[in-house]
Amino acid sequence: MSQPDAEIVQFDNVGLRYGTDKEILADVSFTLYPGCFYFLTGASGAGKTSLLKLLYLAQRPSRGLIRLFGTDAITLPRERLPGFRRRIGVVFQDFRLVDHLSAFDNVALPLRVAGVSERDIVRPVGEMLDWVGLGDRQHVRPATLSGGEQQRVAIARAVIARPDMLVADEPTGNVDPDMALKLLRLFESLNRLGTTVVVATHDVHLIRKVPESLIMRLDKGRLSDPTGALRYPPRRQTPTGASAPAPL
Amino acid sequence: MGLLSSLMRQWRGNGAASDPRLLPEAQLSGPMPWVIAIMIAMTVIAAASGLALRNAAQTASADLEGGVTVQIVTAAPAERLRQAAAVVAALKQAPEVANVQQVAQEDLNTLVEPWLGTRPGDDVEALPIPALIDVRLKGPATADRVAHLRALAVPVAPSARVDAQAGWLAPVFAAIGTLQWLAGGLIALLALATIAAVLLASRNALGNHRETIEIVHMLGGTDKQIARVFQRSMAFDAAAGGLVGLLFGVVTIVTLSRQFAGLGSGMVAGAVLHWQDWIVIAAIPLAGIALAVLTARMTVLAALRRML
Ligand SMILES: Nc1ncnc2c1ncn2[C@@H]1O[C@H](COP(=O)(O)OP(=O)(O)OP(=O)(O)O)[C@@H](O)[C@H]1O
Ligand SMILES: [Mg+2]
Repeated sequence: MSQPDAEIVQFDNVGLRYGTDKEILADVSFTLYPGCFYFLTGASGAGKTSLLKLLYLAQRPSRGLIRLFGTDAITLPRERLPGFRRRIGVVFQDFRLVDHLSAFDNVALPLRVAGVSERDIVRPVGEMLDWVGLGDRQHVRPATLSGGEQQRVAIARAVIARPDMLVADEPTGNVDPDMALKLLRLFESLNRLGTTVVVATHDVHLIRKVPESLIMRLDKGRLSDPTGALRYPPRRQTPTGASAPAPL
Repeated sequence: MGLLSSLMRQWRGNGAASDPRLLPEAQLSGPMPWVIAIMIAMTVIAAASGLALRNAAQTASADLEGGVTVQIVTAAPAERLRQAAAVVAALKQAPEVANVQQVAQEDLNTLVEPWLGTRPGDDVEALPIPALIDVRLKGPATADRVAHLRALAVPVAPSARVDAQAGWLAPVFAAIGTLQWLAGGLIALLALATIAAVLLASRNALGNHRETIEIVHMLGGTDKQIARVFQRSMAFDAAAGGLVGLLFGVVTIVTLSRQFAGLGSGMVAGAVLHWQDWIVIAAIPLAGIALAVLTARMTVLAALRRML
């Protein structure tokens, strides 16, 4: 378990290339602190999804160091990956719902995987689906849901187990502005309960809705950090943005 | 069959509700139960044959073990009778002999009649049929004992030929031994074929569910949790297949044994299955299930280890 003040994620000169192509990510260094709210922006193809994949352990970097929850994630043995992944909730850009499972079973999946008893699954999952406005569609397969509805199921699944870190890749890309705002409030309330939130988005309006958020910008695979807020992020107690840098 | 294995899934129903429902189990089965059923049926038949052969050989050798035959081979009938009487008298004195009996000449005549093609009126007496003396020993007819009997018989009856009865059947026993090895080899091959079929089916199922498996991995699912889903599915398929296979195999054995019993021949009559043999046969489907589940588990775990 991480110390209250210790960093939750640390990237140091991380590079990523797929196969023998050129690097998709280069010299990426940053630190994420527990309880902060981060936005990751950048043009399409800048490498946002790739960076998030490194973050939720779906991909190993080709170089550099990554520490997660105070542990070296590069040398992490395979059998310890599930334990780490259970502490991270992920909203995939392409949702990645399980086709043959109902909306309810999809949302329940992280709890079932974690061995939560069926008794303690029914109520929270039902409530979460109610919250994202799908209370009456619990037993429907993802294929019969609209894109926005699928996205909401994906979000419900990502937050149901109250992860230490929530990683969301374009989580509001398919919903109307009202629903986007509502989902953002969900992330914020989770954030207030202590979850570190990382949201990748193009949507500047969304970013403005969370004034205390920190912004990371990817530009052609490089992290631009003009204010130094990422290299020298604020302490956990004052997550008020780039104006309060604190040296490591 | 598909119904049977899906019924079995139903029984599991709510009992294991806490198991994470990760993959659609119904899609895993396909032709697997049938493959297992065929393998189990053939294994049951091969095993039953092997066991029956073993029993037949044991019964026969128990009968023949202490048996020694003395033949007096000489053309002169009077000399033959004299030598036979001398051998009977000599062998009765030997301590290892339990019983000595000359086979009556009429019995011999009726025995050889069908072989020699003699009809009433033919002069069987003119044929040089040897005199036969059946000797029962107190223990098995070892080479030493046979040699000792020969040493006793030949001085009084120069034309005596002394042989252990088991020795005559040696080629039959050798053939039975070979058949038993064949049954064992067949069972081993069937086990290998089952492993191969399960391996292919598991790999196929893994491929079909790769996407789901990746998602479950990303949500913190362990390899063992994923493997368990495949194991369970394979267990249901194998159980359904095993049951049908056992049924088919047993029906075949029972039918065959009835037909063999109709032959009424001494050696075949020994080829029966004891209750211990039926336990072995009943255990075959269980062994099949264990083999299938274990193979599925190892295949899946090995494949998952290559994923991140
Ligand atoms: N599996 C892959 N194999 C090869 N190249 C890949 C792979 N995934 C992504 N890329 C390449 O990496 C680059 C960055 O992709 P990425 O998905 O990270 O961008 P992104 O910032 O998330 O874009 P978007 O906003 O459109 O989602 C792209 O040029 C893409 O073609
Ligand atoms: Mg992306």
